[in-house]
Order: sequence, then C-alpha cells, then structure tokens
Amino acid sequence: MAKLTIIQAINQALAQAMEQDPRVLVLGEDVGKNGGVFRATDGLLERFGEQRVVDTPLAESAIVGSSVGLAIGGMRPVAEIQFFGFIYETMDQIGTQAARIRFRSQGRYHVPLVIRAPYGGGVRTPEIHSDSIEAFFAHSPGIKVVTPSTPHDAKGLLLAAIQDPDPVLFIEPMRLYRAFREEVPDEWYEVPIGKARIAKEGEQVTVIAWGPMVPVAEQAAVQALESGISVEVIDLRTLSPLDLETITASVQKTGRAVVVHEAVRSGGLGAEVAAAIQEHAFLSLEAPIMRVTGYDTPFPVPSVEDLWLPDTGRVVAAIQAVMHY
Amino acid sequence: MDIAQEFPIQRVIDEEGQLVGDRSGVSDEQVREFYRWLVTLRTLDQRAWNLQRQGRIGTYPPFSGQEATQIGAVAALQKDDWICGSYRDWAALSYAGVPLSYPLLNSMGHAVSGRIPDGVNALPVQVVIAAQTLHAVGLAWSSALQNQGRVALTFFGDGATSQGDFHESLNLASVVKAPVVFLCQNNQWAISVPIARQMNSQTIAQRALAYNIEGIRVDGNDILAVYQTLREVVGRVREGRGPALIEAVTYRLGAHTTADDPTRYRPSEEEQRLSHGEPVARLRRYMLGNGLLTEDENKQVEEAAKATVEEAVQAAENFPKGSPEEVFDHVYAELTPQLRQQRAEFQQRIQEGGTARG
Repeated sequence: MAKLTIIQAINQALAQAMEQDPRVLVLGEDVGKNGGVFRATDGLLERFGEQRVVDTPLAESAIVGSSVGLAIGGMRPVAEIQFFGFIYETMDQIGTQAARIRFRSQGRYHVPLVIRAPYGGGVRTPEIHSDSIEAFFAHSPGIKVVTPSTPHDAKGLLLAAIQDPDPVLFIEPMRLYRAFREEVPDEWYEVPIGKARIAKEGEQVTVIAWGPMVPVAEQAAVQALESGISVEVIDLRTLSPLDLETITASVQKTGRAVVVHEAVRSGGLGAEVAAAIQEHAFLSLEAPIMRVTGYDTPFPVPSVEDLWLPDTGRVVAAIQAVMHY
Repeated sequence: MDIAQEFPIQRVIDEEGQLVGDRSGVSDEQVREFYRWLVTLRTLDQRAWNLQRQGRIGTYPPFSGQEATQIGAVAALQKDDWICGSYRDWAALSYAGVPLSYPLLNSMGHAVSGRIPDGVNALPVQVVIAAQTLHAVGLAWSSALQNQGRVALTFFGDGATSQGDFHESLNLASVVKAPVVFLCQNNQWAISVPIARQMNSQTIAQRALAYNIEGIRVDGNDILAVYQTLREVVGRVREGRGPALIEAVTYRLGAHTTADDPTRYRPSEEEQRLSHGEPVARLRRYMLGNGLLTEDENKQVEEAAKATVEEAVQAAENFPKGSPEEVFDHVYAELTPQLRQQRAEFQQRIQEGGTARG
C-alpha cells in the first residue's frame, strides 16, 4: 500500500498489466522515452523495451486503426491519445471500426483495446485540449466508456479495462492527475466496469457526477450540509453502460437529482441520465431533475474557463433549487 | 523525370493474349485453375447483377474486371496470411475459401456474410474507404511481434488513395516495418470520379517513394503478372524487408453498384477501349492460342461455372433466416443491462407479430 496520485496509479496499473501479460503493449505519441506528456507511461520503455512501448508517428487515426488490427491479431494494445480533444481525428476508427468489429463479424473477431485520453478543463491548456466529448462515445454501441475520479479507481478500472474483451475508452481527468493522493493497494485488483460508486451517502438530494466533477460535487455536498441539506454523491465511473440500478435506487431514496458534467449541456450525457431517472423513478421525484454543465459553446480560452466550468457554487445553487422547488 | 517510366507496368500477357513476359513461375495446370476461377467468379458476378434486377437480392457492388487482381494476389498468399478488403473484394474472399453464396447473402441482408468462416483469415468486407488498410498494418504488426511469420494483404481502390488513413497506414507500416502488402486496384473510377480528378500524380505506385517502401505497377487484368509479382513481393515482405505498395492497373467493367448508372459520367468509347483487355477474355485468348484450352473445354468450363453458381444461388436463397433478436448478441461479449432489457422488448414485439415495417 502506498499513497499515490491518479497519474501514479495509472502508471502502476500499466506496468502491472505489462508484467502479467506479454500481449499488452502501449502505443501513442511521446509514450516512450518521454514517458507521455503527463508521465503516465514513465519508466515503461526502460522496463519493457521499444517493442512494447511504442512511440508512434503523430497520427491518431493510425494509432487507433492499427490498434484494431493488433487486437484482432492477438495483442492487447493500450493506445494513448495525447488529449481527448484530439480524438476527433480518429472518430471513424473508433466509432465505425473498433466498436463494430465484433458486430460486423458476428463474434468471430473482437477488439480488446483500451484507448486512454486525458480530458477536462481547469489546467489552462491551449484550444481543443480540454474538451469533454464523452457523450459521442456513450452514443456509440460497441465501446465502453470509463472515467475514474480517484487513484484507487484509476488503477482498478484501468486493469479491468485491459482485461475487458471489448474496446474501452478510458478518459482521465487531467486536473485531478496530481490533485491528491490516496492509499492504493500494491497488488492487482479490478474495479468492475459498469458499477457506479456512492462517493458520499445522503438522504435528500442525489448529485450524479463523474471524473473531474466528482470533487466539485463532494464539496458542494459539504456546503449544502451546512445549510441542513443531506446530499448523496454518485460517481458514475462508467459512462457506458450506465449503472442505472445505483442511480435509480439513490433517487428513489432522495427524491431529487442534480446531474453535473463539464461537457456542454445540449445533447450531453446529463440528458440521458435525467431521462433514465424519470423513466425509472418518476413517482419518487419531488422536483425536476437539474443539470449543472458547461455552456453550449466550444471550450473557452483560459482567461474565461474558470467562470465557464461548473463549480461548487453552481452545484450548491442547483441543490438549493431542487430542495425548494 | 518521367515517373511513369520509373514504375513500368509488369505484364506477362497482353490484351490480345500474346505472351510478352516470363511465365515460368506458373504451371500449365495452375493457368487452367486460374481460368476456371476467373470464369466462375465472372459468372457469379453477372448472375448477381441479374438477381438484383429481378429483385432477389439488394444492392450489389460488382467486381467484374478485377477478378485477375483479386485471385492472383490471394493465390500468392499462404493459408495463415491475413486479407483485409473492401466491399468490392468478394472475388478475393471467394478464392480464399469463403462460400460463393456469401456475396449474395451479403446483398440479401444476412449478417452471416460478415462472419468469415473459420480457416479463412480475412476481415469482413469494409465499407469505410481505406479504413481496412490500417487494420492490415496492425495485423501484420501483431504477426511480427508474435513471430508468426504471417503477412497481411490489404485491397483498396484508387479512390482510397485520397484518404488520410491510406497515407497514415503507409507511413506507420514503413516506420515499424510491418509485413503488409498494400494492393491498390486502380480501376480508374471512384463511382463517377475518374483517376485524373482523384490525384495529380502520374501513378499510385510512386507514392511508395515518399514512404521509402517498394512500389510496383502491375497489369491488374493479367492474372499471371499479378500472381508472379505478388509471389515475389509477398516473399520479400514475409522476410521482414518492410511493406510494399502494388498498383494493379485495371478497369471497372461495370457500374459502381447496382444502384449506379455509369452512362451518366463515362464515355462508351472508353468502356469499349478499356474493356478489350479484361482478364477473362485475355487469358482465354492466350490459352486458346497456345494449346492450353480448346473451344470444347471452354464450353465445359463455362457450364461447370454456371452449375457452381447455381448451387451458390440456391444456397443463398435457402439460407435459414437468423433470429432477429441476435442483433443484440454481438455488440459486446456480454449483454449490458440496457441491451438485455431492449432485447426482451424486441423479442416481445416479435412474439406479438410486429414486423420491421410496422
């Protein structure tokens, strides 16, 4: 047991997966000698060699498209897309290829591929680097979408993703990479894909968040308690498939729900969560489901992003609003 | 510098059926075997066109004119090698061992056509232009990493050479020295767009220069040239000398698909001129002129082809319909809770007599 950051937990998971299974290889831009621009693959080249830690040409479609072939051919590729916003370059190889090979081949072939990508705002990046476009992929059958918010989950979910027989998009909250440490078991463990986590128990309002918004939601819960409101926080952890059981049970208990995400509002995953809640827990609802999200603009320039991003104040306001509806 | 001269078209038999090259790598029996396959697949292709016109199958993309390239190339592979083709490459898949009923089943909307039978190492036909070239790189690369000695052969058309994935795959394959053969079937047309609008380069093969890999042009209507060239190239690629780009110069004899009308965009003069050297007639001329085939034997080959194709049509038309709810079963290894629920709803709807058209 050691106290690790998210980025260290990811690094440890990759190393353990490569140690255990010679089929696992890591590929992407700057993942070799540089150890990744965030150091997620730090030290792997030295330990596992350049056959298994591959600096690819700067071409996202080639990274994912060749990984599809590698996976069908018996390898277990873990591809890194340097920033989630650059994944637009390989939408086709993900959406029409990785996600559909099993379906197209009627199960003869499958694609055990993990695509890792850092995402989200709060770190003052240049344009495109901070996009949160998870909804595109949650809308794509055949691929799973996973995002941790803690070091413990980062390791356990990544190991589960690498073991998964289907493609998994593993998006990592950039601003949490080194935000805090927690105890992470040294040994191999998996956090199951498809299961949400109750980050904080509460009675009156359910706040549903994922990735970088989980600490924001937790902080909002602490503030709300100061004014006497008991908030339950759910960290979804898996965005596709959604853990509707956990969400439904919580809302049936609390009767109120707020969904928080960084991604832009319209067509976002918050709408899917809200729709699922009203389908499954309509009679428990005391108030409309509210969303606290990014605005319907491209991710803004750094001088504006703090105002643009959902923060504790906005989440507390939404909690107050559903309480006093 | 005349680039086209740097990439001369390899040829063994000319349009008139005259031997103009060395065919020492192909036995007489293999020539006859190639001819039987050419005739069979041409017969299948024409039959498929007619079946579509009769409403018995849906949209179909004919491969007539490209049989020599597809058969000749697959013949140069070993059984374990990978084949990654597009929707126009059913001749390659058929020669590799996929039942002749599969292209028909594909156009009839049966999902089984995507499940390439075990023992044939091919991916399902690809619809997204050039996407399969990257899969071939990955498969070849995985073979190298696992010391399997397998080569990946990818088929694509001239239109595909405009796609980013094509260039990304050539570059990546060259950098990692993946044992992959890129085989472009330059049939001169990407639906209605001629090669001169597709690129301002003189040849497709010359693109190999930029990626520092081997580039070769071959007469794609000459099965002996395709086979002999590919056999050499596949051998070199298998030895680990890096990928290769082959441009097979051919001609799409017919429409893009059964939904296309080439008279809208293609001069009939060109069709007549470029159809003359098509692969089936060309090999027939050669064989008839060189004692490898008599008119009687030719009739027997054509009759046998018709019978084989008739069997394929029967097999396709008698193919049992799968259960519609199987649509849910290959999205993931296991049904997600959402899919389980939707599958049950779907099943319920079928039991209540619901149909796709309501």
